[in-house]
Amino acid sequence: MTAPTPTGITGTTQDSGHGEGEIVKDSNILSLRGLTKRYGDAVALNNVNLDIRRGEYLTFLGPSGSGKTTTLNLIAGFIEPTEGSMLLENKPLEKLQAHERNLGVVFQHYALFPHMTVRANVEYPLKQRKMSKSDRKKAVDKALEVVRLEGYEDRYPRQLSGGQQQRVALARAVVYTPPILLMDEPLGALDKKLREWLQLELRRIHRELGSTFIYVTHDQEEALVLSDRIAVFNEGEIEQIGTPRELYDAPVALFVGRFIGESSIFKGIYADGKVKAADYELQVEGSISTDRAAVLIRPENMQISHPGGGDFTESAVNRIAGEIQDMVYLGPARRYSVITPLGEAIVRVPERVAAAAQIGDKVLVGWDPADAVLLVDTEPAEQVK
Amino acid sequence: MPARTDTSQFSTLSTRAIAVQSESEPKKRQWVSRDTRRLMLALLPAFLVLAVFYFYPMLTVLVASFTDPKPGLQNFEWFFSQSVNVGVLWRTIYISFWVMAICVVVAYPFAYFMTMVKPSTRSLLMLMVLIPFLTSTVVRTFAWVLLLQDSGPIGSFLSLFGVESLGIMRTPTAVLIGMAQVLLPFVVLPMFSTMSQIDRRLLTAAESLGAKRVKAFVTVYLPLSLPGVAAGALLCFVMALGFYITPAMLGSSRETFLSTLIQGQVQGLGQWGHGAVIALMLLVVTLAILGVSALLGRARGSAVSDMVGGSKA
Repeated sequence: MTAPTPTGITGTTQDSGHGEGEIVKDSNILSLRGLTKRYGDAVALNNVNLDIRRGEYLTFLGPSGSGKTTTLNLIAGFIEPTEGSMLLENKPLEKLQAHERNLGVVFQHYALFPHMTVRANVEYPLKQRKMSKSDRKKAVDKALEVVRLEGYEDRYPRQLSGGQQQRVALARAVVYTPPILLMDEPLGALDKKLREWLQLELRRIHRELGSTFIYVTHDQEEALVLSDRIAVFNEGEIEQIGTPRELYDAPVALFVGRFIGESSIFKGIYADGKVKAADYELQVEGSISTDRAAVLIRPENMQISHPGGGDFTESAVNRIAGEIQDMVYLGPARRYSVITPLGEAIVRVPERVAAAAQIGDKVLVGWDPADAVLLVDTEPAEQVK
Repeated sequence: MPARTDTSQFSTLSTRAIAVQSESEPKKRQWVSRDTRRLMLALLPAFLVLAVFYFYPMLTVLVASFTDPKPGLQNFEWFFSQSVNVGVLWRTIYISFWVMAICVVVAYPFAYFMTMVKPSTRSLLMLMVLIPFLTSTVVRTFAWVLLLQDSGPIGSFLSLFGVESLGIMRTPTAVLIGMAQVLLPFVVLPMFSTMSQIDRRLLTAAESLGAKRVKAFVTVYLPLSLPGVAAGALLCFVMALGFYITPAMLGSSRETFLSTLIQGQVQGLGQWGHGAVIALMLLVVTLAILGVSALLGRARGSAVSDMVGGSKA
């Protein structure tokens, strides 16, 4: 559970600014219990149970229609659950209307009030809370400082770029220090460069504020960069929740393995602790309850051997013959796509090892069973090649 | 660190873009002027029609007010010396104002409702607005006479309950009802067009920030809908000022409009000079109102244009 994320955010965010000790740090701020949303016969969200920890950066990741935005809208109070309950600080949340919940929401479409200046926009939630004028000014200045938009107070939203508008929206959602900030694909409308920069900004702001962030995205890279924990949504249910590293190294479902990162996936029949696929019998670790198996290997765990060099480690007992179909130069490494009887194998090897292998070469790919993940093949059979 | 380098690259790129733009500016200006010339050509027929059928008659009215029957200011002296004239002028403005107020109050919820319903219902509501709009004002006013007179359907219905006389005909109430009904489409349409541009998700955002539904509407939706309200109200007011048939048929002599006065002077008494002066007064009032609203619009202009541009984002 406490495994550090690849980006190392966990340590910095959760420890900074908290002197209260473990109990406060680890207690849950929001709990979802059996949360279900149906539209007629269509199930948008099915029996979601989730504990959100105080101060964490939690991402809802999934394809469109997977229920992640529905969950966010339920928490924000924009829609009502069909079944289930939500507890904020151990108090039922679903009885409160959206304007009584005191949560911050950032929308993909910014939703800035076009007839108000930046200052008036950020001041808006404070006015609803009947804060005095001088306190309002102080809070607005502080919030605009956090998002680095000092000096833009008198501009109208139309006069700002997309990135600036989203930062105003962020300032407006944090100015009243809500316990939880909900963000629905806030960077979705921005170009790649701006998005990457704002991702770093979001991490900094999360560190500075120390409040709980719930973030919705369909972009797995974004989720890996930002999150302390990720909840992977699929077809209205949560497939897995864990740190980015847990999801990458130990996916519990084939969907999660496919959705996060790249991998080679070989499907076969599981029997007697082995997986039979084509003419091969693959060694695996662990066991599954059905005979439809999928073996998942991350590209950096896949080894390659070819006439020019690149020897297998001794533990790489699973070896498959194939032909290099494609090669991409990635700087420090190369990515090979190797066609094998079991399907496509993706291999990432350091440049110095890879130098001699070329497209068209007959090669062997291999891996250590300890580096592979054995999963139940839940996908329709026709996808098996 | 890479982000840093990228940013500087960005700024060099944009400076270059600006430099390129400024170099090509003279050429660009030529293009604009050629476009403008073509535009002028396209407007020429309209200009000709306006010149012959509008500006020339206006000019003769202006001339007549100073020269008919003899050169001098005697027509203006006549207008301002007769308290009846000034009274009718004020009454015209007063009734037009109330017609505008009624139309705005009735049209706002109607237009709002139109933005909320599904497209098929919206077309039906639009038709409801437009059908009376497409029938002649005279016919509609006659219909109101039939409806509102004491022996009309409303009067006979009320007489069942012992009301002896409806007593609406030939009162300001009848004039207000008749005029408001005629002018309602002119208020509904600009309001609807502005409201349908407003992003309703802003209301959700306002609620998430702690505003109650009503508060969110008043602080966000209402201000954004004001340009449409202003356009509709102005159109209504200016058109009401020139009304002739409706006040003449539904009102008494105390609801006389300036246009009725003109008709009386010109057709009844053959006083072309007097008629011209009254017409000029009507024009001056209308222009004054348009001028004031233009000034108000310019004062709020930046905010209005920000609204229109911003609500799409």
